[in-house]
Amino acid sequence: MAHEVQNFNLDQKFDFTPGIKKSIMTVLLIGAALLVVGIVLAMMGGGHAEEGAEAGGHAFHWYQRLYANIWINNVYFTGIAIVGVFFFAIQYAAQAGWSAPITRVMLAFGNWLPIAAVLMIVTFFVAGHDLFHWWHAELFDKNSAEYDKIIDGKGAFFYWPMEKGTFPIFYIVRMVVFFGFWVFFFSKFKKIAAAEDQLGGTSHWFKMRSWSAYFLVFFAVSSSISAWDWVMSIDTHWFSTLFGWYVFSSWFVAGLSAITLAVIFLKGKGYLEMVNENHVHDLGKFVFGFSIFWTYLWFSQFLLIYYANIPEETVYFVERLTSDVYGGFIFVNIAMNFVLPFLVLMTRDAKRHGVFLKLVCTLLIVGHWVDFFLMVQPGTLGHNGGVGLMEVGMFLVYGSAVALVVLGGLAKGNLIPKNHPMLEESYQHHI
Amino acid sequence: MERDTHFVLGVYEDEDVLLDAVKQVRSSGVKIHEVYSPYPVHGLEHVLGYKRSRLPIAAFLFGMLGTSLALTMQFYMMKFDWPMIIGGKDYAAFPDFIPVSFEMTVLLAAFGMVGVFMVSSNLKPWAQPRIFDVRITDDKHVMAIDIANNSAMDQEKIKEILKSSGATEVNNKSFDE
Repeated sequence: MAHEVQNFNLDQKFDFTPGIKKSIMTVLLIGAALLVVGIVLAMMGGGHAEEGAEAGGHAFHWYQRLYANIWINNVYFTGIAIVGVFFFAIQYAAQAGWSAPITRVMLAFGNWLPIAAVLMIVTFFVAGHDLFHWWHAELFDKNSAEYDKIIDGKGAFFYWPMEKGTFPIFYIVRMVVFFGFWVFFFSKFKKIAAAEDQLGGTSHWFKMRSWSAYFLVFFAVSSSISAWDWVMSIDTHWFSTLFGWYVFSSWFVAGLSAITLAVIFLKGKGYLEMVNENHVHDLGKFVFGFSIFWTYLWFSQFLLIYYANIPEETVYFVERLTSDVYGGFIFVNIAMNFVLPFLVLMTRDAKRHGVFLKLVCTLLIVGHWVDFFLMVQPGTLGHNGGVGLMEVGMFLVYGSAVALVVLGGLAKGNLIPKNHPMLEESYQHHI
Repeated sequence: MERDTHFVLGVYEDEDVLLDAVKQVRSSGVKIHEVYSPYPVHGLEHVLGYKRSRLPIAAFLFGMLGTSLALTMQFYMMKFDWPMIIGGKDYAAFPDFIPVSFEMTVLLAAFGMVGVFMVSSNLKPWAQPRIFDVRITDDKHVMAIDIANNSAMDQEKIKEILKSSGATEVNNKSFDE
């Protein structure tokens, strides 16, 4: 049987040209400039400090906003990176054939994980006190006026086996273990992929399938717990049982959008010739479907809390909806992440042609940043937050740094898994 | 409507031969009435030059109808017909209406789509199906050509084209309706 896939250049590698590097660096520098201007403005405009002190909490410092920004982007881009690995593992566990030529693009996103791990842990040590309410020792001191019974009850989740209020060893261990295993699985996948390119045969595919299954089990647990740790614990009193899924869905949509954008970008540069509109259509369906999935989770969380009307639960949405700073962003969030993708990507043609997908995927990457902004800032900054130069700049800096790392990683290996046993099936894929 | 309809049928045994035959027959200028096969043949609708189904448009419109009906119903009931305060909310509490609106959208889109499909495919219970050849339910593919649609071409010529495209037999079939 003739394999038509052999007509394509399967040995091609992505050439990370100085031209592409330069344009990404330009965005990075613009972002850095905006960030610096934003920081300077925040340092000079210290007018909010007195208000903060009046409100009974700590006085507000400009660097708290910087920390909150770093934390938003740490969590967000860690999510995009791990979703790349997750989606890769899904392809193997599901024995998917259609996606064979683009699996390496998905895997490349994992290159950000080691850097994300370092950034996350360093930020936690530097900024943890300013980001997390539960870091304050007096909350756990029964003799203190600040003693909080509810947070005391949750304390062991952060501090075990140390005494509450001292050093959050359990929290840090979880962070290290999650990143450790994620990076471990990522490098395992990379190793098997490299061996497959060298040696061929189907044994590597079977090996990859087994490791993918192990990873998925680990990721199912770790993605939820990391969402509680890194995001939900900011609003320490409050809890939501589907928060892990909600954060995961936000990550997943952003990650799928990034993968789709990367595939369209590579195709535009003349790579991945065997990827045609049928494969792009499938990616489009994933983006469309999981945007609705995100909306479903967002709304499920909102509706139950709104309907039950229990004060300790509604506080989360009251804090956001009644705020001058965040109230509007709730609706921006819904419009960007549900209404527009839903309407634009509904037709078959929109999912098959790059223009609409590029538009919607870019929108979604910004939109889900807004989602994380709404999760993190109200709890850390209160009315001192908002989207300003610092937010835009930090997002651009992180985004272009991730692009540099991911594309750099992609350029190192083969772009197409040339010995993947389902390459021919993928070429014949037709929907 | 009383009229006799006459068809020329080409019987094919292999789906690959069939796909090529459809291309050949169409390029020689014969208009194909329909192709019948015992199982879906991938790419057949493509070589027959069928346009994409417009069923999704019907689904969208019926879905919109469902949404509007559900919202109108709930607003009317909760705001005007029998106002009730539930959970300390307004009478017309929009978020409460979403689940019902969603369900009505899905329900009407599904029912509407099934209904439109049945009407457009003539799937009514009293319809008399045209059986061109009983073997299309077993192991043969049949290409039906309506003589009336190909009046410019001689019947023998059509049979010749079918034969040369790989048909194992060529038959005539008439229906009295």
